[in-house]
Amino acid sequence: MTEPVISVKNLTRRFGDFVAVDHISFDVQAGQIVGYLGPNGSGKTTTIRMLLGLLKPSDGSATVLGYDVFKQAEEIRARVGYMSQKFAIYDDLTTLENLTFYGGVYGITDKARINSTLELVGLNGHEKTLTRELSTGWRQRLSLAIALVHQPKLLFLDEPTSGVDPTARRAFWDLIYKLAEDGVTILVTTHYMDEAEYCERVGVMRDGKLLAMDTPTNLKTSIIKGDVWEVYARPLEKGLEILSALAGVERVGLAGDHLRTISQRVEKEAMQTLLISNGISVDKIERGEPTLEDVFLSLAR
Amino acid sequence: MKPNDLTFEHSNVQTLVHAQNLHKHFGNNHAVDGVSLQVKAGEIYGLVGSDGAGKTTTMRLLVGALLPNAGEINICGYDVAKQVEMARSTIGYLSQRFSMYEDLTVLENIRFFAEIRGLSSSEWLPRSMEILEFVGLAKFIDRRAGLLSGGMKQKLGLASALVTRPRLLLLDEPTTGVDPVTRQDFWQLVVKLVANREGEGVSVIISTPYMDEASRCHRVGFMKAGKIIAEDSPSNLRTRLNNRILELRGTPLKSLKQIAIQDEDVEEAAAFGDKLHLRVKEGKSNIVIARLQKQIESQNLNLISLREIPPTLEDVFILLTEFNHD
Repeated sequence: MTEPVISVKNLTRRFGDFVAVDHISFDVQAGQIVGYLGPNGSGKTTTIRMLLGLLKPSDGSATVLGYDVFKQAEEIRARVGYMSQKFAIYDDLTTLENLTFYGGVYGITDKARINSTLELVGLNGHEKTLTRELSTGWRQRLSLAIALVHQPKLLFLDEPTSGVDPTARRAFWDLIYKLAEDGVTILVTTHYMDEAEYCERVGVMRDGKLLAMDTPTNLKTSIIKGDVWEVYARPLEKGLEILSALAGVERVGLAGDHLRTISQRVEKEAMQTLLISNGISVDKIERGEPTLEDVFLSLAR
Repeated sequence: MKPNDLTFEHSNVQTLVHAQNLHKHFGNNHAVDGVSLQVKAGEIYGLVGSDGAGKTTTMRLLVGALLPNAGEINICGYDVAKQVEMARSTIGYLSQRFSMYEDLTVLENIRFFAEIRGLSSSEWLPRSMEILEFVGLAKFIDRRAGLLSGGMKQKLGLASALVTRPRLLLLDEPTTGVDPVTRQDFWQLVVKLVANREGEGVSVIISTPYMDEASRCHRVGFMKAGKIIAEDSPSNLRTRLNNRILELRGTPLKSLKQIAIQDEDVEEAAAFGDKLHLRVKEGKSNIVIARLQKQIESQNLNLISLREIPPTLEDVFILLTEFNHD
């Protein structure tokens, strides 16, 4: 196995008494797409800032593209791309002008390179469009182009598809998969489950700790041991109360117009009989699929 | 697809929101382009779409903060164009950029919102306490809002919107930026609010770009370019794709995708991390499974699993919008 693109060992960052990142360790191989899932304030951004060499770790070690984050921060920054959701695009410039401007920041003046980057993200044909006229999905593509113009081997994406619908999200992710096939390594931070589902591996962060890191499928099968059932019954709250008390039921939640349960060795018929005998009407009980949200809730509680 | 082709059974359930053919444009931008909405008491309705689809504008029209260029809105029996104050008195609105006074305490913040909504001093305190109890902030009434966690701030926002006991609660992307545990708690509150007060009949309209959130609503309207392009319950929407979504796991994924998209009965193959989701033509899932298995085997690729899975709202949204990419 070749040397990992990112290698993190016991990485820690304290701010006074507050431990923002608490002894996390993980490796990322070339061409992998790794998601870093956690709520705001869980330590995601602090980790990225350390990996970019912008913030000195308090403890532990990390290498990025073979460079030490403590000693070779500039080498790292020259070789990675960073797309932030809060990235400033100049609204009154065209897409081409924005990319030319940011290319210049990296010393890229080659017109062919700028044009091929626009083409890569599918913005060719929109060179002269003012960026304020772009939809959120297209702005995200422009931000990606800006992060890619210096052809980095490693790309950090911070909630790259927040606020767009599934169609635009899927189109964006098709681009990301293409980049990964060409050997670019990608680390995505997000607090959206919809977005994390697209990653090959997902690390779950909470309160500065990396609780787990694996493929979405493995996380679901290893952490959610039970069966998921979608129970359409009413009244809902009484149903929730009764199912919570049933042996083998690990969690029951209100899911809008139905209840969602995770349970072990509980038959559908047993739930139905119990609910009906308590005067609750049952429309249907269907098998559900575990989600990354279930994983997060299980790990966090 | 005909938009808004829902029929409403005229039972004794009240319809709290009647919006008919709403239009709102800003210059050439048709932010809301012919939206009609009916929301019944006891219903959680999701407006689902990307930024710029028209969700927030629709909400601002409903609350009377913006005047429509055309269309009519009736909220709890009040015509928003003519009786905006009366209509507003029935609405609680938690906007995306909810702001609170960070240097006031939790209770002082609620009091402020209660008083500007005209609640008298004898009314606001017991009611505020009841609501703070409900959202789980009763223990923190003396804490300054600036010192609350993100999840608690959000609950304070919800409490402020609830203090007037609205019959219609408008929540504009309320769980942006919060963690799943907080989000779960927040949703339990919303569902309870609707279930608890079934007699009084509260309705909730919530906007979100996220399908995991949409799936918790009783009914959703998918918005795109100012229009509601489909509207139904999440489970009914999903049945449109029943038996048509396959999950394929194996390696290398790229080669597997190549094989899948060449199959005549596969309409779409999308990568999802370590797996593929295939959308197949109606009634073809077994044939496709058998055929792909054989093909993958013959090419010596590694197949871990290939199975039919329940369709997600995301699959449905993509199906409905694939002919009008932005």
